Amino acid sequence: MSKYLMIDFGSTFTKLTAVDTEKEDIIATASHFTTVATDICVGYHNALKVLKEKIGEDIKFDSIISCSSAAGGLKMCAIGLVEELTVEAAKRVCLGAGAKVDLVLSHHINKHEVEKIKELRIDIILLAGGTDGGNSECVIHNAEMLGQAGIDIPVIYAGNKSCIDEIEAIFNKYGINGYICENVMPQINVLNIPSAREKIREIFLKNIIVAKGIKKIESEIDKVILPTPEAVLKACNLLSKGYMHEDGLGELVCVDIGGATTDMYSMCSASAKRMDVVIKGLEEPYAKRTVEGDLGMRYSTLGVLKALSAEEIRMINEDEHVDMEKELHYRNEHVDVVYNDGEEARIDAIIGGICVDKAMARHVGRMEELFSPMGKIYNQIGKDLTQIQYVIGTGGILVNSKDPVKVLSKVCGKPNNFLELRPTNPHYLLDADYILASMGLLSEIDPLLALKIMKKHMKEIK
Amino acid sequence: MKTIVIGVIGADVHAVGNKIIEYVLTNAGYKVVNVGVLSSQEDFINAAVETNADMILVSSLYGQGEIDCRGMREKCVEAGIGDIVMYVGGNIVVGKQNFEDVEKRFKAMGFNRVFPPGTPIEADLPFIKEDLGE
Repeated sequence: MSKYLMIDFGSTFTKLTAVDTEKEDIIATASHFTTVATDICVGYHNALKVLKEKIGEDIKFDSIISCSSAAGGLKMCAIGLVEELTVEAAKRVCLGAGAKVDLVLSHHINKHEVEKIKELRIDIILLAGGTDGGNSECVIHNAEMLGQAGIDIPVIYAGNKSCIDEIEAIFNKYGINGYICENVMPQINVLNIPSAREKIREIFLKNIIVAKGIKKIESEIDKVILPTPEAVLKACNLLSKGYMHEDGLGELVCVDIGGATTDMYSMCSASAKRMDVVIKGLEEPYAKRTVEGDLGMRYSTLGVLKALSAEEIRMINEDEHVDMEKELHYRNEHVDVVYNDGEEARIDAIIGGICVDKAMARHVGRMEELFSPMGKIYNQIGKDLTQIQYVIGTGGILVNSKDPVKVLSKVCGKPNNFLELRPTNPHYLLDADYILASMGLLSEIDPLLALKIMKKHMKEIK
Repeated sequence: MKTIVIGVIGADVHAVGNKIIEYVLTNAGYKVVNVGVLSSQEDFINAAVETNADMILVSSLYGQGEIDCRGMREKCVEAGIGDIVMYVGGNIVVGKQNFEDVEKRFKAMGFNRVFPPGTPIEADLPFIKEDLGE
């Protein structure tokens, strides 16, 4: 019999979820504006007050843990050698660790690119390049460039193991706050995520939350343990795979449409689901996350506009009787408006649908046609999501929408585009109480309970 | 240890010879990076850059090798590995053609050595040794 409190410090809201292990359920949830700019504790206390009012008694928690994406989340720069290989591997490791990848660099980096790292206020650099025993000259050059520029943020080295000594020497020479871990791509097209991901998490907890003013909350709670997107990734993975005798839901997709980003998660094996394809490219993880920093409901609506072709805009305007360009500009200039019903909410739903459609187009695997003497054959690049059973939606726009299925069903895209391996006929679930991140946190303590609660609270919508 | 990138180029799915080549070269003491069947020029070149390879060995069994291999040396130059040793072998052209002409055409494309149909990979080993300066 224990009571746990999970906190998700988001960029806009601080969300609390209280759980009772005896009832095997959520006792209450509450939220309040995040106050990271002044004192993060204020928002937390306010949310806690609301929570205790809802419960109706002063409750004592056995454990209080939290995740955070406040103050811009975790901003990373991924550096590798070849775009399709170590660069892509480094990028995937950052995304898998719950980071936003704000800068991606390849080959020999130059002074302008190093300046860019400073300009964008990157939190952590992931430096990769070369398979084990492969190219070392490029990554040594890149480490040297970072050193010469006096980079003072943490640098994780996850490249060719053969030149670790040289890299360490460079770290020491320039006094770089450097960390060494396993290569993200030890062999061609083999992805090695865990070592670098753990290192990212370790640095996030040790340095980043201090720098962002989140650390002081730790005098009141047990600790901040994860970046929020990693918590969601853990929750989805658990919900998909199950735990011990409790079955999971099987292969699934989860979409989180936020104000600034749209996150897409897919839990499914990367193996070919049909006989007539050959898998190409970098190995795909079972639990995959991509983040679209240019697709969102408020801060990123100009990115949404850019992602649409002129034809698409005309189509939407005609079909939906709106002026999409004007609406997107308006939302970008008024990032804190919340629409719960009426015409504006309807337009929000259309924008949400566009985010889902574009984010899925970038996340999903695709087929490439090749012509051989034996006829047409296909290469599959990325994950085949056609057999996915469940699509889960989370985020304010879906929860507040009158017709969330309409928004979510955009994961399927347009019919007849068989080269994109999108979900075909999934069931739709809604994270109506916004508990996924909390359940990811709870899974660190009690995976079985987290799984049971998720299965109960993910509501099927039609 | 010298590194050799191998694979079957183009829309060609002949996997058996590819495995034999991997086996023989590995046994001969090379580090083999196999990009597999249905590989594009970029697949070979990217793997060679990332693994700091000494050589690329291209196989083609389905007769379309001449189209598939064109421009590969130029791409290597572009990728910064213009001097890498490149071999090609298999049924690399359509039909039965005079091999001397075929060899000339592929050498003009920038391949260091060109092998006629039916050449066992063991027969290449002395050339590999010589070209890699062992």
